[in-house]
Amino acid sequence: MNVITDHLAEFGDGLLLTVGLTLLSLAGALAAGVVVAALRVSPVRVLRAAGMAYVEVLQNVPLLVWLVLAVFGLPEVGVIAGLFTTAVVVIALYQGAYAAEAIRSGINAVPAGQGEAARALGLTFTQSLRLVILPQALRTVIQPLGNIAIMTLMNTALAAAVGVVELTAAANRVNLAEAQPIWIFVTAGLAYMALSAVFGLVTGTLERRLAILR
Amino acid sequence: MKNLPAARLLFDEPGPRARRRIRIATALAVLAGVALVALALRQFADNGQLAADRWRPYGTWPMWRYLLEGLRSTVQAAVVAIALSAAAGVALALGRMSPSRWLRLPCAAYVEVVRTIPALLLVYVVLFALPRYGVDLPLFWKLVVPLTVSNSAAFAEIFRAGIRSVERGQLEAGLAVGLTRGRAMRLIVLPQAARRVLPSLVSQSAGLLKDTSLGYVVSYAELLYSGKVLANYNHLLIQTYIVIALIYLVINATLAKIARTLEARQRTRPARAATTSS
Repeated sequence: MNVITDHLAEFGDGLLLTVGLTLLSLAGALAAGVVVAALRVSPVRVLRAAGMAYVEVLQNVPLLVWLVLAVFGLPEVGVIAGLFTTAVVVIALYQGAYAAEAIRSGINAVPAGQGEAARALGLTFTQSLRLVILPQALRTVIQPLGNIAIMTLMNTALAAAVGVVELTAAANRVNLAEAQPIWIFVTAGLAYMALSAVFGLVTGTLERRLAILR
Repeated sequence: MKNLPAARLLFDEPGPRARRRIRIATALAVLAGVALVALALRQFADNGQLAADRWRPYGTWPMWRYLLEGLRSTVQAAVVAIALSAAAGVALALGRMSPSRWLRLPCAAYVEVVRTIPALLLVYVVLFALPRYGVDLPLFWKLVVPLTVSNSAAFAEIFRAGIRSVERGQLEAGLAVGLTRGRAMRLIVLPQAARRVLPSLVSQSAGLLKDTSLGYVVSYAELLYSGKVLANYNHLLIQTYIVIALIYLVINATLAKIARTLEARQRTRPARAATTSS
């Protein structure tokens, strides 16, 4: 058990980095998801196709491939950013594809009469989407978005594979120094479980407050 | 109304003004797309990454033979891990729904715990923890075991949803004709459940195939690790990883398409069954 208390600083730093990575990329993913979902329901065919291509391309290539491509490939073409920034952007874009699909299913769940009423009031497409459809759509997909939040948390561990010292990498480093794998990996696992539980609680609370029963 | 694509619900048939606006938006979008591609190409060109001899190797057979070799290892690992996690998934789902609490609780605990632990952490456990206790698996299993452990929980939840979607009457009818609970499950409920969740099984399998890229960490020579070795050798980093990404894209897009086709077919089938049975 001493291994944990001796290396509390490493674990704390890793945990903080994991939380930071998760929250930042989740925020990015939600923003990207809203934009891409809006593209996919827009009246302009080229934009619909672009939104669909985004989802297909991002979802069908493993996140680790995107991370490796961005971290080791992009500097080759003169795009140089910090490791943490790169990881946040890549994870946000990747999870954004999943968020877009969830939000789109929420948009489809909004009764057609809502859109018709919005248009009857003379709202433009963007106005009816922003003021009428999206607020309802987002409130119906809180649970799926919560699952995406947990998936994002799991996926931030992949940043360890390209050199970000978040929780998984921190556990691995402490283990390489101390060689007491059981306690170290169990601690990391428990930390992930606790974070997932927090996300679950937040999702549950939001769901109870905001969800629309249909 | 039902036949309109979902997107059409948000806007009416465009009139002359709306059509003009759509044309302007189309032109702007195409312009933005072209500008983006041009920017990317200039960035590549400025850094000498567009030179023909940096791309030519990827048109040669030895290169493709090497990459296809990696792809074969990817598929091998994925197939074995899918088979094992599906089998474990069925067992866990049945265990979680069993009448015995001593079976139900451990299965539920396994699923809930494993679902909140990143696959990479499990890979590190197999790589660095198990050898200290005398368990040093061959390279192939160092990748397949953690993938199976983490995906079996997902498969279990899919099967459980499928079993729960089968009407209770099916199991009861089986019991009524004298089958044991186990046989009624195996002969009557499971086949129907498996058919219903087939699309989810396919998309989970596609997800597992993506997870095999963790071979990069394990140094098992699947597609991504093969790419890493190749890039270290020929120093064509971005070219190699782009080609690798394209290969993954083609394979996973195909799998996703299969899942969608299955789903569409299933949506029509119960309707037909309902009309014939009534």
